[in-house]
Amino acid sequence: MKTDMSIRMRTMLYGLMCVLLIPFVFPTWWMVTSSVKPISDIFAFPPDLLPRTYDWSTYQRVFELQPFAQQYWNSGYIALLVTAGTMIVSSLAGYAFARIRFPGADAIFMVVLLGLLIPAEVTIVPLFQMFNQWGMINTHWPLILVPVFGAPSVFSTFIMRQFFIALPIELEEAARVDGLGRFTIFRKIALPLAKPALSAVAIFTFLHSWNLFLEPIVFISTPQMFTLPQALTQFTDAYGGAMWNIQLAAATLTALPVLIVFIVAQKQFVEGLAHTGLKG
Amino acid sequence: MSQVSHVVAKSDRPRPLWTIKRRDQIAGMLFIAPQLTGIIVFVLIPLGLVFWYSLHEWNVLANSFKFVGSANYKTLLADPALPEVLTATGIFSAGLVVFNMSLALLIAVLLNQKLWGIVVFRTLFFSPVVVSLVAWTIVWSFLLQNNGGINAVLQTMGIEGPNWLRNPSTAMFSIIVIQVFKNVGLNMILFLAALQGVPKELYEAARVDGASAFKQFRRITLPLISPTILLTSIITIVGSLQVFAQIAVLTQGGPGMSTTVLVYYLYQQAFQFHFFGYGATLSIMLFIIVAVLTFAQWQLRKRIVFYEN
Repeated sequence: MKTDMSIRMRTMLYGLMCVLLIPFVFPTWWMVTSSVKPISDIFAFPPDLLPRTYDWSTYQRVFELQPFAQQYWNSGYIALLVTAGTMIVSSLAGYAFARIRFPGADAIFMVVLLGLLIPAEVTIVPLFQMFNQWGMINTHWPLILVPVFGAPSVFSTFIMRQFFIALPIELEEAARVDGLGRFTIFRKIALPLAKPALSAVAIFTFLHSWNLFLEPIVFISTPQMFTLPQALTQFTDAYGGAMWNIQLAAATLTALPVLIVFIVAQKQFVEGLAHTGLKG
Repeated sequence: MSQVSHVVAKSDRPRPLWTIKRRDQIAGMLFIAPQLTGIIVFVLIPLGLVFWYSLHEWNVLANSFKFVGSANYKTLLADPALPEVLTATGIFSAGLVVFNMSLALLIAVLLNQKLWGIVVFRTLFFSPVVVSLVAWTIVWSFLLQNNGGINAVLQTMGIEGPNWLRNPSTAMFSIIVIQVFKNVGLNMILFLAALQGVPKELYEAARVDGASAFKQFRRITLPLISPTILLTSIITIVGSLQVFAQIAVLTQGGPGMSTTVLVYYLYQQAFQFHFFGYGATLSIMLFIIVAVLTFAQWQLRKRIVFYEN
């Protein structure tokens, strides 16, 4: 399409997009600005787009009211471990399903795909019992083991498989004629070419782990072991009322780092997402 | 000497080939072993256990576990809360899918225009996807308070806003809207990729034939991106059945039962009231709903999808 759009048309499009953007951008803006408003200003009318006075002590209070640094560490190391683990498990399985012919491969693939059909919520009761028997309640193990090996990783395996299927096979066949083993071919030839799919898997997995909510509140019960989403809901006063500015400061601390990484690397995010096997 | 060994090697040729194939098969099985083990331990066995539990009356607090056959299923069918729970689930899923898909398509079409600075808009529309879900939910909860930001803005326009999250007729609507803005960016990107895959020549031909912009969209764009629409709608519906954090943070299923969707009801029964047997029965129902929906949509795919590569 040539850019022969009239100025009026273009202004209209920009205007429409700006209006549509409000509910996408305003909440984040409101979260950040309200987190430094003193509690007396937080429900001020008319609302202030920028704080009238800045009260940075909310950020200090976040760390006083809860072991927030510890909780931050919990969420961070769990998400990184889950991301690395899923990348390994899913790229291995995805590659095998795409490239290697072994007895029962199709049947096994169908069984694995069953994981896509079973939301974590369906199996939460027996999983609780299993981890209870293994003495892993109130540890981080359920939050690591289930995503890496269980149903959540199936989606990643599927993405990897679709990617490897679309990859030209000639290079790998040449390597096989040269007598290279499967693992070497996978690691030295196929995997380096799979960076777009791997980055999509990494992004999805990290966000999934970082956002996990049902599993932490089922499996974990002490503040020292909490993850961030769980901790965010705990900033209440003695009567159960929300301490808004402190809660919003904690929410800002949770959301902002990921948001900044996204804005810096938005090209990889969006393209990784668009160029996976998701297109149907 | 070298001549002899050469002959031996030649006569042996089928064997090394066979070993390579064999080694390859073993490699394949080793490659999938971690995933397959995980699926067996964390999906298949729990699924079997869920079914087994659903045949028992199991109260964790009373420490009772006894076989009751189909009693839980009879309780389920007679549960006075069930119609409300299924209605809430249905409203949420239908509302979410319709609103999410149409907004995603609208934004994708806008972003597909050749305009200066379009990447900035794309980044901003996508940004809520990477904001922590609970953080996003908390901000909206703050905005939707009776004296919160949204009602304040309405008040400056002279409109008296409702107490969004405490009013049965607006609570579910609010949760749907919050969830759509959070995740519509994902579908938007997939639609955008699909739109960019539509061959430009088709539009040019249609323009030569005098087709209006709307007709081009209906006759060319929609059919060609229908595989993406179907795939994203499956992902969105199955995802919508898993809504939990938003409800736990915003309404705890209330007011009344108006936002108690199936997953939240399951959580209440199993982990708040400690009826594990009944919770397992609800899990089975959730599983059946997801399976039926997925199957139905794959059948639809054969009928209504016009084009697949």
